[in-house]
Amino acid sequence: MKCFVGIDLGSTTTKTVVLGEDGAVLGRGITNSRSNYDVACAVARSEALVDTRFHLFQNALRESPDLDSHAAWFLDAVRRAFRLEQHQRLLDELEETCRVHAESLGAVAPSVLACLAGMFEDLREEAAGLFASGAPARSDFFRDLAGSRFTALAEAHGKRRGVRPDLLIGLYDKSIIPVENRPPEGDLQDLLGKAVETALDGCTMSERWRDEIAWTAQRAAGISLVEVRTVGTGYGRARLPFPKEQIRSEILCHGLGAHAVFPGTRTVLDIGGQDTKAIQVDERGLVKSFQMNDRCAAGCGRYLGYIADEMNLGLHELGPMAMQGKHPVRINSTCTVFAGAELRDRLTMGQKREDILAGLHRAIILRAMSLLARSGGVFEQFTFTGGVARNEAAVRALRELVAENYGERTINISPDSIYTGAFGAALFALREERGEELAQPRVAPGEEEAA
Amino acid sequence: MKPAAVKEPSMVRQKEMLADHFKKLATAKARGDKVVYTFVPGNLTELMLSFDALPVHPEINALQSGMRKLSGEYIAEAERAGHSEDVCAYVKCDIGMLLKGNVGPTGEKLPEPDLLLLSYTGCFTFMKWFELLRERYRCPVAMLHVPYQEGGRITPEMRAYVVKQLETEVIPKLERATGKSFDLDRLRELLARSSRAEDDLVWVLESGKNRPSPIDAYFGGVYYIGPLFTAFRGTEAAIDYYRLLRGEVEGRLARGEGPITPEGSIDAERFRLVVEGPPNWTHFREFWKMFYDEGAVVVASTYTKVGGVYEGGFRHDPARPLESLADYCLGCYTNLDLPTRVDMIARHVEEYSADGFLINSIKSCNSFSAGQLVMQREIERRTGRSGAFIETDLVDPRYFAPSNVRTRLESYFQMLAQGRPLARAAGAAP
Repeated sequence: MKCFVGIDLGSTTTKTVVLGEDGAVLGRGITNSRSNYDVACAVARSEALVDTRFHLFQNALRESPDLDSHAAWFLDAVRRAFRLEQHQRLLDELEETCRVHAESLGAVAPSVLACLAGMFEDLREEAAGLFASGAPARSDFFRDLAGSRFTALAEAHGKRRGVRPDLLIGLYDKSIIPVENRPPEGDLQDLLGKAVETALDGCTMSERWRDEIAWTAQRAAGISLVEVRTVGTGYGRARLPFPKEQIRSEILCHGLGAHAVFPGTRTVLDIGGQDTKAIQVDERGLVKSFQMNDRCAAGCGRYLGYIADEMNLGLHELGPMAMQGKHPVRINSTCTVFAGAELRDRLTMGQKREDILAGLHRAIILRAMSLLARSGGVFEQFTFTGGVARNEAAVRALRELVAENYGERTINISPDSIYTGAFGAALFALREERGEELAQPRVAPGEEEAA
Repeated sequence: MKPAAVKEPSMVRQKEMLADHFKKLATAKARGDKVVYTFVPGNLTELMLSFDALPVHPEINALQSGMRKLSGEYIAEAERAGHSEDVCAYVKCDIGMLLKGNVGPTGEKLPEPDLLLLSYTGCFTFMKWFELLRERYRCPVAMLHVPYQEGGRITPEMRAYVVKQLETEVIPKLERATGKSFDLDRLRELLARSSRAEDDLVWVLESGKNRPSPIDAYFGGVYYIGPLFTAFRGTEAAIDYYRLLRGEVEGRLARGEGPITPEGSIDAERFRLVVEGPPNWTHFREFWKMFYDEGAVVVASTYTKVGGVYEGGFRHDPARPLESLADYCLGCYTNLDLPTRVDMIARHVEEYSADGFLINSIKSCNSFSAGQLVMQREIERRTGRSGAFIETDLVDPRYFAPSNVRTRLESYFQMLAQGRPLARAAGAAP
């Protein structure tokens, strides 16, 4: 089966989208960009190919009228089992790496090793809960999931055995980078097979249906995927392992991607990790003009990451907390460094975290509004892309400010907004293959959603 | 790209001319020569030379310091002396250079001025800059107030106002500073020579209308305007230089060659652009490379009009000596109002068959930057071609973010390329 791959190597996260020959999205993958772009690229690509297998599996289940009704819950179970297995493997690698570092600590090594053993036992026990049905998503990345718990467990286990917690946390910091930067093994297919088995073990279906599902999974896994063409984009695009002709700017990719998902799009706003882009496109998705932040990344996605760290919260928790704010604090500075100081000052003054967070979200959107104005304004329809589009408080502030400045506008936000750049890149790959001047690919069912 | 470029004779000639000028400046006081500090926009070079005064251009020294990677240090020195971070980087670079011993771009000490000649053509900062220098040098200032050219035309009253100031303010002060009497015949001779060199410069700049363009009118253009906008207008040396340059460009044109870059000539012209605004000097080569790596050629630029504007037929005229000096000052680019600048850029986009235009906005240069986004929209509306907008600085190395600038330029070039097949499909010219 022919497929087309788009990779968006962003400053914070790396995303991959796989398209089929008809332009439908087959799979998506995401990972944190870490210090090694090559590995980030390989991991995101592998993730997207695994997701493609899920997609093919889902299609195969739906082809059978008897299995169709089981498809949704069964796939959810497989996905959770897959993620859990993946998480456990990374925990194994992390423990091994931590142990190697700990063995060189001299006299304290035995106590540290004992601490590590206890901590990793706890981490493994807790892991099942992270991927249980209905568990809230704290982060997409192993680093965040393992890191926050590791810190808490280091306090508890360190205290018990007389080991300084910072010594244990230092081991984590040293070990997580090589673990993250190890290229993904070619065993994701194997992992997928195991996940199917785990999900089957947990269900109560008859033997006949179980065999049928196992056979269907096997059939989907057996489909050969031929990556015909890949196009890369994003900040790290120069590091992508393919020629310059296969690289497109983020501006073009976001423009094309947003327009393909919402064909009425004329203005696109993308808030990425270190840049914000205001893009105007024509009725074909071609970029007419654009503006980006310059010389300074104040008010970009990293700002929120920094605030989350300052408040010891997960990135996904910021938006919901800001939504609780009743009286947003007026914050003018979007300087990431000043934001931390402002946050602490205002907390000292007795202002509520929720209100301060609401003000911080409004501040970054105000900066985006300035870029939008510079690019020519907000036209009907307006599509918001990038990771920050998943943040409900940012979206609320955007809606208010767009209405205030431009009147009523349809604001489109795809649940997969973070993949827009990679989607656009994949569309370019498809377009080149077709020799078309502008591809008009079909969007996967359920992808369109005018928020 | 061809292998590394051999320097053309005109490049070598210009370097020799500059070295010679700075040598003269270094030894001026010993010889008893008088020195006048002045600015490039609307400069009165012929008038100064008619008094045998040697001109020093502080903003040229600043940009030279930028290209030689010295400006960061000079700016830091000026900031230590109390100048704010947001002030024009040229001013701070010059003040910093002065505080560090006033050693010029060729490594020789610059002489102190006998006169500060301020041709005030649209940049308020120039006036403040000379106030600072006056405090330092305690020397006289001749202030020529040039009315802002609103409405795109020079009225007889404006011309008369400038001529009167030349007669009553500038010339008497030059006489006092140099101890020489004004010699109108000498000025006429100088102006006649100016006109000859100007004809060749205009021919060179207009060669950008050819496809492929034999010149880059921005990155190459800043070199081409060098002699005529600084100390050499009105000299035989300038006439020779421009004759030589024109001959080289004629040769490239005949051979169908593109512009020369530091890495050879551009063989395949992919994009033709008009550029508005000064270049960044601290990363000049790196900035230029972002263009020529993509086959982007600047076919016309407004920066090559910063000293004075020749299109529309202006030439220094020995038959109207003071009047033509007045017209030159009134017509320089920074003295033009926004609609006139928009007209000029939109016209260039059409006449030079440009694919689009780029604005390099300089945060610390309000006289250039104010209104540029409004200009962009209007030019886009009139020409139907998209503009790009980037921000860098003149000589403050802290304000050039290479990866951001590269991202924008790449996006812009890809945007232009993306639009082409559709334009063909719509029946437009390729």
